[in-house]
Amino acid sequence: MKVGLFIPCYVDQFYPKAAIATLELLEKLGVEVGYPSGQTCCGQPMANSGFSGLTGGCDALFVKNFSSYDYVVCPSGSCVLHLKEHLHAEDEAQAVALRSKIYELTEFLTDVLKVEQLKASFPHRVGLHQSCHGQRGLKISQMTELVAPGFSKPLQLLGMVDGVNMVQLDRMDECCGFGGTFCVAEEAVSAKMGQDRVADHVKNGAEYITSADLSCLMHLEGILKRQGSAVKVLHIAEILNHQ
Amino acid sequence: MKSHAEAAAEFIKDGERTDWHDETLWFVRAKRDLAAHGLPEWEQLRDWASEIKNHTLSNISQYLTAFEKNANANGITVHWAADAEEHNRIIHKLIKDNGIEKIVKSKSMLTEECHLNEYLNHHGIATIDTDLGERIVQLRQEPPSHIVLPAIHLKKQDVSDTFHEFLHTEKGNNDPQYLTEAARIHLRDHFVASELAITGVNFAIAETGGFVVCTNEGNADMGAHTAKIHVACMGFEKLIPKAEHLGVFLRLLTRSATGQPITTYSSHFHRPRPGQQMHIVIVDNGRTRQLGRPDFRNSLKCIRCAACFNTCPVYRRSGGHSYHTAVAGPIGSILNPNLDMKANADLPFASTLCGSCSNVCPVKIDIHEQLWKWRQVIVAEGYVGAGKKLSMQGMGFLFSHPNLYRFAGKMGRFFMRIAPFMVNNRLNPWYKQREMPAPPKESFGEWYIKNRKK
Repeated sequence: MKVGLFIPCYVDQFYPKAAIATLELLEKLGVEVGYPSGQTCCGQPMANSGFSGLTGGCDALFVKNFSSYDYVVCPSGSCVLHLKEHLHAEDEAQAVALRSKIYELTEFLTDVLKVEQLKASFPHRVGLHQSCHGQRGLKISQMTELVAPGFSKPLQLLGMVDGVNMVQLDRMDECCGFGGTFCVAEEAVSAKMGQDRVADHVKNGAEYITSADLSCLMHLEGILKRQGSAVKVLHIAEILNHQ
Repeated sequence: MKSHAEAAAEFIKDGERTDWHDETLWFVRAKRDLAAHGLPEWEQLRDWASEIKNHTLSNISQYLTAFEKNANANGITVHWAADAEEHNRIIHKLIKDNGIEKIVKSKSMLTEECHLNEYLNHHGIATIDTDLGERIVQLRQEPPSHIVLPAIHLKKQDVSDTFHEFLHTEKGNNDPQYLTEAARIHLRDHFVASELAITGVNFAIAETGGFVVCTNEGNADMGAHTAKIHVACMGFEKLIPKAEHLGVFLRLLTRSATGQPITTYSSHFHRPRPGQQMHIVIVDNGRTRQLGRPDFRNSLKCIRCAACFNTCPVYRRSGGHSYHTAVAGPIGSILNPNLDMKANADLPFASTLCGSCSNVCPVKIDIHEQLWKWRQVIVAEGYVGAGKKLSMQGMGFLFSHPNLYRFAGKMGRFFMRIAPFMVNNRLNPWYKQREMPAPPKESFGEWYIKNRKK
């Protein structure tokens, strides 16, 4: 099995540790991972702002970089959702085939690798921020709005980590307010949503906030730091890879 | 007119009120969850409701014709209005022709959409809104901020002040019982004197030519039962084919809206009582146009429960008035660009696309997906600022050229480290209430070359 690792722009530039943890975790689980060097961005910032007409360059790069792999794995649910829904190519059949091979990291671990145990330890109180695009878009966990049996792929994996103590939040799957360009275009609402999200974690005693999506964590981290809080953010790969 | 972002920023300045607004609506959302989770067949009901509406919209002319025929046979007069102006003119004519002076109106979002109150006021005719929340905002000369809870942006103190000013209640008395009683006495006088009653329509049934009006206060009934003329106003999408379909919608409507198992009053009107006139005004006002847009057609399934408002994390923190339209919230953000794309170009962007709205929608409208699609249309039609367009073009170019992307990333991180003031300043909206991420010395790409490609 050959897996292509897609590290989105903002993870590449600002959160290399999360990307390294993703790579190491996959390697530990016996996966042959390749990282094509010509990768940049999934195109979501443009598309979600209404400029899907400007994503052709990103799409072409993505197809060129990843078409030869059996699977593509990415530690960011939001980017994966965008690619699954909106990746296009000159050869549309190629894009469609690629869309079905793209996985967010936690769903790849539970659904493809069917991981049942991990050698990991993280003896801390952790709050899980469910990113909307991962949860509602990719359905990596059940949503409180729907009447259906509960499940959570990130929680299933965190349950394999020694010593982790998950905190219960008052609002299980409320949006953090990042929303891509929304965070600057609607600065006031976005910041207020982030402050409220952080308050829920802090109130319930989290030492760390984790998520399968770094974009939400970048937003929450910005607020925590401004507040001078001791609470830290970590991508889920960093916890699953922690010993 | 202020954009959603500007109006929202003003609303949020009062942090305490914003928290209260958010928590109150979240409480309603939680009640909705309890009510929904109490029915194992909930998702099945949503599927049925969605399919019934889908079928009706696909055969709308046939059902509208059948409805008119059956309503006429029942003695109801049916009027057709192509737009808001015609809707208002029809009602104005009924008022004039019958020499009416006293008018009561129960809750109807359609009349808000058509600005009926303003139109009649302009012609020297006063209407009294009889829904408690609607009456409160009417006294304050404000539009409703929520389609089910029109005065949800106001606190008890605000209502007390308003009633003191207009109904001469005791100053500073915030007791809800006392204030409700004052409103009850005030409205009773208007009900008794009313000559013409305007109501909305929740469901119109093609098979029977009758219609159903749902209220929790019984105010629609009070008006319709005392006045000699009952005028019901509906957008054409309120139609359902048969009476047997009502059960699906009545079970979904209030559970989604307020978490109640059923509306307190679901009043079925089929024919005028002897000596009474009954009229129905069926309004298009852009609905045909929306029906003709394949990507947005589903928005016409809406039954106006407002579940999407209550769950929307943006609505809860920005308040209904920030949407500057009669129907606010996520559903309003996909309905209003159809009415006026230029004036409402900001609304599809007033969302994080979190998707919760689509999940609570009892008729399964793909709300957040339509928001995404509207953004594409609005940009294609040229209703976004030049600055945004330029920055997006720059971003598109940067991300299409990997070497340039790597170079720009390296430079950007370098400058953020040595000259943080370049990003940590007033010109950066992110920095206003958030710190920037700490720039690492090495990107993952750089780390990978050193550590894996030896």
